[in-house]
This record gives sequence, C-alpha cells and structure tokens, in this order.
Amino acid sequence: MLETVNRVTRATALAATASAGTPEIAPLPDAARFALRLRPALASEMGAVAGFPLDLAINSASSGPRRSIRLGPDEWLLIGDAAEAEAIAAEIAQAFGERFHALVEISHRNVGIAVRGAHAADVLNAGCPLDLAAAAFPTGFATRTLLGKAEIVLIREDDAPTYRVECWRSFAPYVHGFLLEAARDFDGAQT
Amino acid sequence: MLLIPCPYCGDRPEIEFRGGGEAHIARPSDPQTIDDQAWAEFLFYRTNPKGLMAERWNHAHGCQRWFNALRDTVSDRILESYKMGEKPIGGGRA
Repeated sequence: MLETVNRVTRATALAATASAGTPEIAPLPDAARFALRLRPALASEMGAVAGFPLDLAINSASSGPRRSIRLGPDEWLLIGDAAEAEAIAAEIAQAFGERFHALVEISHRNVGIAVRGAHAADVLNAGCPLDLAAAAFPTGFATRTLLGKAEIVLIREDDAPTYRVECWRSFAPYVHGFLLEAARDFDGAQT
Repeated sequence: MLLIPCPYCGDRPEIEFRGGGEAHIARPSDPQTIDDQAWAEFLFYRTNPKGLMAERWNHAHGCQRWFNALRDTVSDRILESYKMGEKPIGGGRA
C-alpha cells in the first residue's frame, strides 16, 4: 500500500532529447573558437585584434560576429564564424607579428548550448552557485564557472534572458542532460 | 556557501577555488648549503595558527589566477585578498 501511496512518476533516464517548454535549451551551431593568452599591457596597447576587442573588463563579453570574452587578466576566449577559423588564425598571427602571444584553436574542444527564456537563471542555478540576477550578472557579463561537476563558460547574451553555456565536448552530454533535467522542474510553470 | 573574494573577479563561491596552503613561504635561495632540518622546515613545517593566517588560493574554475587571502581560521572570515607579489593592507603577516 505504501508503494502505491508514495508512487512517483518516473521519466526514463534518457527520454528527453530537447526541451519543449521554457526555458528553451538548444545546442548551438558550430563556431570557430580560440584561446588567446597575452600580457595585459599588450592587450591595452593593441585594443583589438582582427576584429576581436581585447580591452574589455575582466569577466565581460563583446558582441558582434567576432566576439571576445575576457576570462581573466591575461586570457581571452574568441568566438567567430565556423567557416572563418583559418582566416581568423592567420589574421591574428599577422596582427601580433613578433609580439609574444599564445593562440590555440579550440573550435572542436567546446560545445555551445543556449538556455533561453523564463527560468533560464533558475535552471542554471540548479548546478551553478553564482548569483545570476540581472543586477549581479547583467547582459554582457561572462565568466568561467561550474555547472554541477563540469567547468563551463557562462555568457549572458540578452535580457530574454538568453545564456550561452560553453563546455568541453566530452562534458557536453552531461551538461546538456543536466540542464534538461533541471528544466523539468519548470515545465508549465508560470513566469 | 563561503564566498571568497578573488582580486580579479570579486566575491565567488568557494567551490570555484582551490586552496594552496600557507602563503609567503620563501624557498631557500641556495638549498644545497642548508641542512636537512632547515630544508624539512621549508617543505613541511607550517604555522597553523588559531586566528589570522595568510593563505594562497587559486581561482581554478574562474580566472585561474593565484592570489593571497588573509583568513581568520577561527571564524573562517576572509578579511582581505590581494594579488601575488602585493602586500596586504590590513594587519596580517606579510
């Protein structure tokens, strides 16, 4: 009898492949990505390289087709169009010339996932301890952090709100599944 | 959750960090000239105070920078954090 009283509805472990309601959780298309490391002094001297702004505040992201995300005082994540990967690498190498920098292509190391709509912050907060309220994490803010057990880069794109989650390829099934599972709490929930 | 102030990123949750033990321990500049006891003290002996302590921390899941923090080991309150190579403003040991 107890089993009947306490019975819960169980979803099968791998049933959900896409979220239907809010927030929308959608894998993003391929992109060209680069990890750029250089001295902060050189970054402020250059201002921008190949269309990627470098003189950003730490933990902020630029917008536009070629965007950079400053993850730390000397580290940038550059995201561009997937078809332009080789062109971007060549342009950056040319712009720096002999000046010391390290550029590593990580296009295929990372996977992007968009989390969009009402309760997007709540879903992310299921595994991310940061304060994601607009006051603390406004549009244009971006940082490396944790989601559950996986390291992610979290970018707030707009006030929908849309968040972009960048994680390593091998963590992607875990991160995607984690987000879908967290989103089940808000199926049909009012804003 | 404990919030740790990173000098680059501001207050962040503790699970983004990795502790690095006591700060401001200088490696002997000429290790072959000192005896085993002095070398062992450099490697293993720590003050472990009850009260204010300077510690190294790494913001491993954030900006990945190392920095120092002054933490009260009794209350776990972090009074100040400062970049590597800097001195604390407060009354800590530097």
